[in-house]
Amino acid sequence: MRETFDMMDFVWAAYAVTIVSTVALLGWSWLAMRRAEAKREETRGK
Amino acid sequence: MHGFANPARFLRLANWLTPLLLVSGIVVTVGALLWGFTSAPPDRLMGDSVKILFIHLPVAWLGMGGWTAIAIASLVELVWRHPLASIAARAAAVPGAVFAFLCLATGSIWGRPTWGTWWVWDGRLTSMLVLLFLYLGYIALSSALAREGSSSRIAAIFGLVGAINIPIINRSVVWWNSLHQPPSLTMGNSAIDPVYLYPLLTAVLGFSLLFGAVVLMRMRTILADMQAEARLRRKAMQAAEGI
Repeated sequence: MRETFDMMDFVWAAYAVTIVSTVALLGWSWLAMRRAEAKREETRGK
Repeated sequence: MHGFANPARFLRLANWLTPLLLVSGIVVTVGALLWGFTSAPPDRLMGDSVKILFIHLPVAWLGMGGWTAIAIASLVELVWRHPLASIAARAAAVPGAVFAFLCLATGSIWGRPTWGTWWVWDGRLTSMLVLLFLYLGYIALSSALAREGSSSRIAAIFGLVGAINIPIINRSVVWWNSLHQPPSLTMGNSAIDPVYLYPLLTAVLGFSLLFGAVVLMRMRTILADMQAEARLRRKAMQAAEGI
């Protein structure tokens, strides 16, 4: 029996995984950087 | 190169380079993906699934590029003892691991409709999986060494030894039988039609800019953490001496 695929389902899935992961990586890196730099400024004032 | 050994000088450069790489990376990547998605016709054999090429190939290259960056930074650390080299290597590990994971995930999703299987234990897929495990090991090792204040030289040696996997990944489709196609792009040679090639190269540029932005953000995070910790330790020692 031959399987039939809707190719676009796989395309959407691949794009969704990549975009969500990349946005999460960028957001996490940005927030971690801002938090670390704020903490450094705090220790300067103490 | 040693001009940037001073963290203050590096931070002055990184402060304006980070948003520049981030914004240009987002614009170029989104533009390239839209370009490829809307203009690329279905392939004769792969149909519409060929559109996965525009994300799979950039993340695969950057997954390998991340470890190449770790190996170069490790060499610079071991040979020239550049103070920012170990920080750069640590900073490249997380985005490298994410892109290696994305390469495996998008490849698996692409494999199901084109090869009829999600996974096969051939040279290319297995060596890429090994790369992901190397990344996880490197992240665990370098984080543990940093937490304990130990020398990062062991992590640098690990980074250099792990680089042996990069040419294995690259040549795996030539050395062993594989469902994976042989290299379509080599130095100065392309088997890809321009209608796919130009959006693909633009996507590679966009993802590379984003990779650079993440590396800079991670370097700034590690540097800020180290500086805050050093200040707190110094103040604690001064307070203890005062008593």
